[in-house]
Amino acid sequence: MQIYLPIAEVSVNAFLLLGLGGLVGLLSGLFGVGGGFLITPLLLFIGIPAPVAVATGANQVVASSVSGVLTHLQRKSVDLTMGATLLAGGLVGSTVGIWVFNRVSEAGLIDLFVQLSYVIFLGLIGALMLQESLRALRRARLSKLQPRRSHTWVQHMPFKVKFRTSGLYISVLPPLVVGFAVGILSAIMGVGGGFIMVPAMIYLLGMPTKVVIGTSLFQILFVSAYATLMHAVINNSVDILLAAVLIVGGVIGSQLGTRLGVRLKAEQLRILLALLVLIVCFKIALDLLIEPTELFSIEVTRP
Amino acid sequence: MRGVGAARFGLCLLFHLLLATLPLRAEQIVAGLSQSNIAITANYVGSEILIFGAIQRDAPAPDGPLEVVITLEGPSGPLTVRRKTHVNGIWVNTDKLIISRAPHFYAVATTTPLSSALSATEDLRHHVSIPRAIRAVGAASVDESPRYFDALIRLRKAEGLYQLQEGTVDLAQNTLFRTSIILPANLAEGSYKTRIFLTRGGQVVDTLETSIMVQKEGLERWLFALAHEQPVAYGSLSLAIAILAGWAAAAVFRMFWA
Repeated sequence: MQIYLPIAEVSVNAFLLLGLGGLVGLLSGLFGVGGGFLITPLLLFIGIPAPVAVATGANQVVASSVSGVLTHLQRKSVDLTMGATLLAGGLVGSTVGIWVFNRVSEAGLIDLFVQLSYVIFLGLIGALMLQESLRALRRARLSKLQPRRSHTWVQHMPFKVKFRTSGLYISVLPPLVVGFAVGILSAIMGVGGGFIMVPAMIYLLGMPTKVVIGTSLFQILFVSAYATLMHAVINNSVDILLAAVLIVGGVIGSQLGTRLGVRLKAEQLRILLALLVLIVCFKIALDLLIEPTELFSIEVTRP
Repeated sequence: MRGVGAARFGLCLLFHLLLATLPLRAEQIVAGLSQSNIAITANYVGSEILIFGAIQRDAPAPDGPLEVVITLEGPSGPLTVRRKTHVNGIWVNTDKLIISRAPHFYAVATTTPLSSALSATEDLRHHVSIPRAIRAVGAASVDESPRYFDALIRLRKAEGLYQLQEGTVDLAQNTLFRTSIILPANLAEGSYKTRIFLTRGGQVVDTLETSIMVQKEGLERWLFALAHEQPVAYGSLSLAIAILAGWAAAAVFRMFWA
């Protein structure tokens, strides 16, 4: 069944869109990532213009993260204090990120900058996560005892706050800095930043994996809602029909993912996310390294 | 086949009768379109338009082969053509050419190969062939621009947005002609200009221009207007749908799994 999208101005198969939405929703529920780094390239691949793909992707991320957050709230696996702290840092970071984006755009280097950011951050984070979670899995197999991480440098900082759900009593500064850094990156890369936020919460802040996913979705919800509204107002590039079809698939996928996530071990989840991140990184790196068959591309300037 | 022949003959007669009262040139085009407007609705998957007509004469046909060239040109807009180059081991977009205006859609249909149906001089004058038509609309004065224009034409041809269909116009008895042009699903809104050229020995004898309106209808039209005229309301609506759908899914699944 073909459906003509009013803003994207292309006709696409509705079932294909449902499938894409479902797949990204599943991953979102499973790993606590918004899926922005997956949905945007997938939409581009089926012929949606880039500005519409980025903006509508953000809208679909709102739906799947609402769905996921509600399920996590019910299970009490969202640290609202931590989420709000990260968000505060994140909004400031996004504003700085948009400024950096515009400066680099003016210099005409934005494509290279964005693609290199993807390769570097996805590669770095994917490799670190894979290595750590494999080690954790091996350790868990040897002895059921897991040593508690100690974050000495974090513990000596001022402005300590109790993050009850995470079971942490740490300074408010590290979460603010993490939120800020992720905000910058997500503005530049056009994603919610879940794939950076999740490992940052686990390895930098020492939060338990089960809480990390709900909390990450909580902050992604606000960042992507903000992005959707900005894209709609400034660029008129949100395609509501495209979003609606993606969302139907996405919320179902997200629910299945959240349920599936409960049955998997934290280490297994992290290995899967690490592999996913590495695959996307590898694909982008290949595009940069292999000579393309077509060197030219057309970008229609939207009025 | 006899039925088709008879129908053509009938149509021919009809045109002759209709035009007997009009002021005439030696050879003149009378044409029609299968539809004068195209509505883009939610289930639009592309369409085919039929362009047909007859040639009216007040004297016996002169010598030389008679040909028909038909063009269909969509609305124009600005675009950027980017080129990747190899920099420090990686392929990245480095160069670009901004083309101020280029048609989103352009098709040429002819009775014989374009080069024999239309002389180079006439092509230059009327901007008929794809490169001439595109360059006539979009102006750029950079030395490297030909490469970018070639790339634009190549890419759009591959997408079916620029079409050169030589020999697809049927010309019967040097009088009746017809062709059909396929419009793709990713069509832009606007006025589509149709030009019909009648040529003899590569020289244009007569031309006729008409247009087709392509417009979004129904839900498509309403959403597009809302997105551009009330962007804040539209953005809020997008968010509301997303939040509601997310909440509904969570609620439904909670009941379902419990």
